[in-house]
Amino acid sequence: MLGKILAIEFRMRMREVLTPLFALALPLALLFGFGLMPDATKPSKDLGGQSTTEYMAVLGTGIAFAILSLIMLPGVLSDYRERGVLRRMRATPVRPSALLTAQLVINAGAGAVTAAVMIVVGAAAFGTSAPRGFGWFLLAAVLCLLALLALGSLVSAVVPTGRAGNAVGSLLFFPSMFLAGVYIPYDQMPRTLQRVCDVTPLGAGIRSMRDAWMGHAPHPSQLAIMAVYAVVATLAAARLFRWE
Amino acid sequence: MAIIEVDGLTKRYGGRTALDGVSFSVEEGEIFGILGPNGAGKTTAVECLEGLRRPDAGTVRVLGLDPQADARELHQRIGVQLQRTGLPGSIRVREALELYTSFYASPRDPAELLAQWGLEERRNTRVRSLSGGQAQRLYIALALVGAPRVAFLDELTTGLDPQARRATWDLIRRIRDDGVTVVLISHFMDEAEELCDRLAVFDAGRVVATGSPGGLIEEATGGGGRMRFRPAGELDLALLAGVPGVTDVRRSGRHVVVTGRGDFATAVTSVLARNHIVVADLRIDQRTLDDAYLALTGGPSPRD
Repeated sequence: MLGKILAIEFRMRMREVLTPLFALALPLALLFGFGLMPDATKPSKDLGGQSTTEYMAVLGTGIAFAILSLIMLPGVLSDYRERGVLRRMRATPVRPSALLTAQLVINAGAGAVTAAVMIVVGAAAFGTSAPRGFGWFLLAAVLCLLALLALGSLVSAVVPTGRAGNAVGSLLFFPSMFLAGVYIPYDQMPRTLQRVCDVTPLGAGIRSMRDAWMGHAPHPSQLAIMAVYAVVATLAAARLFRWE
Repeated sequence: MAIIEVDGLTKRYGGRTALDGVSFSVEEGEIFGILGPNGAGKTTAVECLEGLRRPDAGTVRVLGLDPQADARELHQRIGVQLQRTGLPGSIRVREALELYTSFYASPRDPAELLAQWGLEERRNTRVRSLSGGQAQRLYIALALVGAPRVAFLDELTTGLDPQARRATWDLIRRIRDDGVTVVLISHFMDEAEELCDRLAVFDAGRVVATGSPGGLIEEATGGGGRMRFRPAGELDLALLAGVPGVTDVRRSGRHVVVTGRGDFATAVTSVLARNHIVVADLRIDQRTLDDAYLALTGGPSPRD
């Protein structure tokens, strides 16, 4: 039953084109756009000693996580609530929470595919090494994705309509982009701004994934912050979620 | 045996009482109508039966189950069509049926339902591209996919053109003929009169009457109606005044107007025929559920 829901939800998401576009095309565009610039594969002082291609691989992964969690997830769930999809399911033997689970699994899966593609394509096209602290990278990526998905679920829980869902999602998304270092790399930010980054889930996620890629253990405080977001937002979403 | 029993059902939203001591029962194998204007509490009542809302007071039993305590068991055995669509716009017809098939322990064959509801050619169409009538047939098919013993259909024909409405009525009769008890929510008098074996008339959160459409018309208006015609030759009105059921006979210009109860119209026509009186411009206005509704609720019927 959950398998069927997953399969059909997956087919619908692929049909809508937006998921594959954001999960793959945008991160790849970032990787190639910056990766083809001169010296992109050499360690850069401006990026704390990391190469541009490695940096873009992490950034692309983080942005895809944020789009999937903060824009796609609330968009679909609030649309389902508005159309009465969740309500209609309440009148069947299956709980609508199965649909929620399926959406979380699909978005998490899309995020995992993005991360894998960034590693593989980075290696194939630019000779980028795989994350040197692979276990740490995995942990940081999973925590970052969980924290963002939990936030996205919370947005889905509190917004009344699909339109409001998109508005709140975007309101969270664009500052996240800034704090993630899309416009100015983290390493170039003033210290106070860095401190702000460190307490956001995407900022903490990208910093941890970069550390792990370079072979360092991420800051425990950064991992803890993501875990706190994941737990608190999940609990709040579970409490506040309305089926109709 | 009653398949649905509702006794003293009460539901409040904040200070507003949506349902106030509603009681009725539905027999197995019938089409039962829940009729009333928008805001009368029809949908709220049915949602309590479906286990989607918790009543504040009263008892509800559907197939002998408590919709709140035995929700999961109940949902295996009932089929529901809600007012709003309840499907993602990008799901295809076949996918929707397959998805719902996976929800039930002993479902019907989706291919058979596609054929039965005339959706075979549309099997790969996205729900958002279906016509109103096709979408409606899909929602009914989804309500039947679990092989339910009771189907709840809410405002099925709202927004359909007259032809599609007629077609939908035939489909509802087919559901009943397959042995499924149908609970039909409607605010269309003609629909209820045409389809329902029995019905409950809701007004402002109460049931103001229950019975068969014919019984309600008879009870609320005395039944019968009015016939009006132009006799070709001379006609002695006293001839008609004595016909059983006739309550009033009068002339209106060149026309004669006869009012009566029950099956008076048949009696009048046979008297005319027996006396070789040819009539033109014959019109018979039977009492309808509209008239009964008016008499029961003291307000005009809830037309759209």
